[in-house]
Formats: sequence, structure tokens, C-alpha cells
Amino acid sequence: MIRPQIALFDDGRLHLQDGPIDLIIGADGSEADIRAAYQAAARRFTGLLDELCSELAELRKAADPAGSALQGVVAQRMHRAVARFAADTFITPMAAVAGAVAEEILSTMVQAAPLRRAYVNNGGDIALHLTGDASFSVGLMDRPDAQGVLRTMTIRAEDAVRGVATSGRHGRSFSLGIADAVTVLAHTAAQADAAATIIANAVDLPGHPAVIRQPACEIQPDSDLGDRLVTRGVGALRDNEIAEALSAGEARAQALVAAGLIEGAVLQLCGAMRIVGARQLDIVRPQLRAEAA
Amino acid sequence: MTTETAGDSAGDKIRCDACPVMCYIKPGAAGACDRYANQDGQLVRVDPHIVLQRTVSHGGRLVPFQASGDWDGRIVHQGDLFVTAIGAGTTYPDYKPAPFIVSSDVDGADMVTVVTEGIFSYCGVKVKIDTDRYLGPETATVRVEGEAIGHVTTSEYGSQMLSLGGVHHLTGGSKKEGRVTCDALMDLSNCKPVELTIDGGATVVVQAGRPPIVNGAKEERMRVGCGSATIGMFAKQWQGKVDEVVVVDDHITGVLSEHQAGKLLDIPSTGIKMKGRRSTPGRYFQVAQPGTGWGGTDISDPLSILGPFDAKTARPGMTVLMVSTTGEHAGYYVLDDTLRPIAQEMPAELQFSVERIQENCEPALCTVLFMAGAGGSLRAGVTDNPVRLTRSVKDALTRVTSGGAPVYVWPGGGITFMVDVTQMPAGAFGYVPTPAIVAPIEFTMKLSDYAALGGHMDYVQPLSSLKDVSRDIRQLPWPLKEQGA
Repeated sequence: MIRPQIALFDDGRLHLQDGPIDLIIGADGSEADIRAAYQAAARRFTGLLDELCSELAELRKAADPAGSALQGVVAQRMHRAVARFAADTFITPMAAVAGAVAEEILSTMVQAAPLRRAYVNNGGDIALHLTGDASFSVGLMDRPDAQGVLRTMTIRAEDAVRGVATSGRHGRSFSLGIADAVTVLAHTAAQADAAATIIANAVDLPGHPAVIRQPACEIQPDSDLGDRLVTRGVGALRDNEIAEALSAGEARAQALVAAGLIEGAVLQLCGAMRIVGARQLDIVRPQLRAEAA
Repeated sequence: MTTETAGDSAGDKIRCDACPVMCYIKPGAAGACDRYANQDGQLVRVDPHIVLQRTVSHGGRLVPFQASGDWDGRIVHQGDLFVTAIGAGTTYPDYKPAPFIVSSDVDGADMVTVVTEGIFSYCGVKVKIDTDRYLGPETATVRVEGEAIGHVTTSEYGSQMLSLGGVHHLTGGSKKEGRVTCDALMDLSNCKPVELTIDGGATVVVQAGRPPIVNGAKEERMRVGCGSATIGMFAKQWQGKVDEVVVVDDHITGVLSEHQAGKLLDIPSTGIKMKGRRSTPGRYFQVAQPGTGWGGTDISDPLSILGPFDAKTARPGMTVLMVSTTGEHAGYYVLDDTLRPIAQEMPAELQFSVERIQENCEPALCTVLFMAGAGGSLRAGVTDNPVRLTRSVKDALTRVTSGGAPVYVWPGGGITFMVDVTQMPAGAFGYVPTPAIVAPIEFTMKLSDYAALGGHMDYVQPLSSLKDVSRDIRQLPWPLKEQGA
């Protein structure tokens, strides 16, 4: 197949895909500026996966909080995003790969042309650009594998948030925890990506018999998680157990907010939800189209 | 399903070289991209059509049919759009909502298309082969690679019919029988050629939309009628130009002077004696054995089906035209002094009538109808009350399509449908190792009807929201607005 795949949708969004990277990109600005930004994005995207893969072995190792020998700008950004967590937990730069790629493409676009607002959505890990009175409405799913947006959040230019990421056991990456979804708002997409992983891992019930776990390498031989147990299934949980697991994740999220690493988080497990945030996130549950019909 | 890139096999794992990540992929698992997977040691693309545990567990977020390679600035097509189920993935055997339930606004009416890929164990193909040539006795076993995959069924007008596949060959026999049957069904449905051998009969290469190749010979034309009917159609054109005409046909051979059509035109008797069993005047069964010669018989010399002419009626100099039902074979004869027919060059006006027969014979084709029944779990992917979907289809509130192509839904219970595979997009069919065939199926109905039949309303997504992946989005093959609007 041809790499990378580049396509423009009729609603003006750009689609870039290469191997596991799948980007949906939108921009507001003059037609010429959007075109310039998209062209810059497509140019930067070409070869980006090869650049990452040239350091893949290193990126799959536990991050050293003291620093790294990584060369690529995206690889370095990945390392920076996870290094703060690396002192007290196992994490590899791969935990931030989606956000870091989104950020890289977005920064290329913003440098190429003045844009009122823009976003790069890398499979749910989103880098945002906002100016003036621009805002983004970000949809929140109950679970990454469910169809349909059930809640929306508004992010404005005056907010510090420029990155949104979601992690959980239904996503493409493995999770050590049991959260259905943890969505994190942070200053950068890479930071949000890494933090979502950390918080989703913390939503857990260690040793609970209803949680089915399996060594990651048994499922994906070259997983960066090695033989660590990843969550494969979650059986029926009692309400107090759901609350216990969410509380563990909530505590982790609150610590990250206090440390200034994230702006807010939404944690979901078995239909229950916790919201942690520096400011009250305005979350709206829209009427379903079906109910309106 | 095709292997698009070479995998470097390491034990049961495959090393995928589709992109520089070079994932090691275990059997039944997909790589980091969810686009390539290891199926039984083979590296396969999962997005066009197919189902592995991982894609299923991810709610079918597949990316079928990449629209383009290097970006030419082209945009995805606009207009009345229809999303086919091809590559939608499926959630079988879980009773989850179908992967994509899409709503699109068609002339103000909220329409819902429930798009899924069905996994069909109860399925097969009905093959119509336009030929009078003998393919084999009714109920004879049809084989591929020596494995039984179906049988010869009742022949139809100008055509031989095969019934292939079905649950007994797919899952009721040996493992190899199931695999070979599954492969043959998928290839036939994807309009690829398949060589079939029939016990006690012919070897025929069947490809949907193409002429059949019977024992190495390509069939050109389908007969215009049986031998008797051909006499009826052309009697007037032969009157006064020839004394006798025999239309050779394995089914009913016609004889002009004895036939009702000849009698009405006062064509005199010729003293001809036919072999075979006389049905009614001028109509003969079994003038020869079935075969691949003249008119679907085994003869190459048409005189072999004639007895000696009756000396009381016949006279020297009488002329006889012998022609097959398709006009492919023809001979002109004149009786000599001993009343034996001697081949002569055919007069132009008779040659013209032979060509007229040829002209009226349509090109011979193989047609393949895929036939399957939507089982309870597939229907449960559409609605929480499967029987209501059946009723909705029967009441014509819900339109069923397969890959966007119109289908015929059988009356009676269940949703058993047939579809002409040539109307479907290329590569619409896949398989799972069960073995069973994966085929697209779409149910289109008014949103209000969808709600009424217990549809998964929470999962309805507007069509525009689907465009974040470049899917196979095509023009409707039929006007959607006429349906249920």
C-alpha cells in the first residue's frame, strides 16, 4: 500500500494515515492559509513514522526520569511528557506517542500559516490551537468503543488546555487498569496522553477475581509493556467496587492537577463517572437525535 | 481477502512489513494499526472485509477502502450517499449493535441504514449456466479439487442450473470440504472464475457475467427456443425455400413437415424418419444422448439421428436443412436417387435463416446469485427484537440491500435473500475460518420505523460523522426516496 495515505474530506477536514497513525485534521482560517497549513502537515507527516521507528527500541524502554539520548523532536517530546511520571512508576515514551505526533503536526501547521483555530486528532488524542474568542466543543464518549458522542465539553482560547487525550481498556493500547475511559485535558497533547495512561492505570481493583489479566507480550509480542499484566476483561462489579476503583484513579488525577501537570480529567467505569478539574468543566449531555425525531 | 504484503514468519508469529513499525503479530491478532492481522499464519488486511477478535472488540472501527494514495486534493464524493456494509465488520456472535447504524437525511425523511457484515453459514450460490450442452445428470455432485461443494439441480430454459454451497458442505463434511466450498463460494461471489467438475458429466469454468467454458470450449450463444419452438418461430421463413427442416435439440427436436406449424402452412410430408421417441407430431424426445455436440446432444453428424426416408413419400432432389437450436451447427442436404441425403453447399437464403437463429440467441452467460439467510444474531445487531425486523422487511417498510445491490427476499419466515453478485462492488465477499461466508447486508428504513421495531437508537450516527474515515461511499444504485417515503 502507498504510504502515507492523504485525503481531503468534502467537509474540509484532512485525513493522514500511515501505519498505526491515523490523523483527522481541521483548521479555520482563509482558504489559502488552510491549504498552506494542510500542505505543511502532509509534508511533515511524510516520513514521520520512519523517524519514530528508527528509535523504536529505545522508545519502548522504561523512561529514565533523568533524561534520554533520543534524537528525534517527536521522540524527545514523548520522553519529556512521561519523564515526570517515570520516577515512581513504570512508563515508556510510547505512552505519549499519539499526543506527541498530534502536537508535532499541529505546530507545523500553525507555523506555516495564521489559523484562527485548528486541531489534529490522532485517534482520540487531540492537539488544539485556539486564538481570540475561538473555542472547541469536544465530544466525550462513554467508552472508546461505543458509537456516538454522549457529552460535550467546551474549550476556549483563554483556557490553558491545548491537549485532550483518552485512555482506557477499550482503546488500541493496552491498559493496566480497568477504566472504560479516562479523558484528560492538559496544556499539551503529549502531556494529556501520558497522564491519561497513568490515571487509567490507577483506576483498578488489584487482585479482583472478576478482572481478567494477561501478560501484554502474550498478546503483542513486541509490546512495550513486556510481561506486565494488562486488562483483557472485566466481569460484573458491585457499586462499591466501582466507586473504590474510581476513587483510586480520582486521587491520582487530583495529585496531577495539584502538581500542575493536567487541567482536568473525566473518569468513567461501568457507567459511573468522576470529574476532576482545576475549574468546573461545563459538560452537556445533548439530546439524542433519536429522541428529537 | 488477499495477502498484500509479505510476512516474515517466526514460529506462529508473523512479522508484518507493511510499515516500519514491523509488528510481530500472533495468530488471530492484529498489528498496532488494526489494519493488518495474522490469520492462520497469513498476513491479511483486515479492513476491506473481515473479522478478527481484536477488530470486533474495538467496535468495528475499521477503515475500509482507502480512497486515495498520494493526495491529489480530491474530495470524497458528495450527494445522496449510501454506506455499504462492506468492511463494516461485524459483532457476531455477540449481540452488540451492528457496527454502523447510519442515519442520512433523504428528502427530509430521516432514513436509517443499519450496516453490518453478516457471517453466513446458511448460504450458497445458485448458478445459471446458459448452455444446452450436457453438464451432468440431475442431482450429480459438483466438485472442486475433488471435494463435493454442491449438485446439479433442475435445468431451466436454455440453461443448466447448479446449487452450490450450503451448510452441509460448509460445516457438515470434512475440514477440507468446508474450506474448498467456502473458497469456491467466495470466489464465485467475487466474480472470479472457478473450475467445477460434475460427476458423470462435464468440467465447466464458471465466472459470473462471463460465458461458461464447457470441457475447454467457450459457449457462445443461448438457444432461442427448443427445437420445436424454433420450427414454430421460423416455419414461415422456410416455407418454399426448403422441403424439410430438422432443428436438432437434446430436449425436443423439431421436424417442420410434421410439426403443427408446418401443417398450418400446408407443407407436404417428406417421408423423413426420425430416431428418438415421438412426443406429439413433429416433436421428438431423445434423438441422441446428451452431450456437447449439436443442440446439446452428443452427435457431430446430424444424419445419425435420421432413419431411411420412406420411399412411398420421399423423392430424389428433395432438400433438407438440419440446424441446431443455436444455429451454431447447420447442414444442407439433397436426396440422391437412392433417397440418401447428400451434403451440399447451403443456399444463401437458408444461410440467412441460420444466421437469424444465431442472431436471436442471446450471448451465453454464467449468472451467480448469492443466497443467504439473516439469522437471529445478525438481526439482533439491528434491533433488540429480531422478529420485528423480519416483519418490517415483509411489510416492505424496510429495504434490504447487499453491498448496495437490490436483493430478492423470499416469502415465508426469516430474511432469506438472493442477490446478483455482478451488481455488487468488487471484493464484497469475505470469509471466516469457521468456515462461513462474510457478506454485506444493509437494512434501510425510516428512522421512525427503526425506533418502532426496537432499533438501537442510541447508536444511530449521522452519515456526516462517518466521513472521518474514507469509506466506500457510493451513489445509490436505486432511488432511495421512493422507498417508504
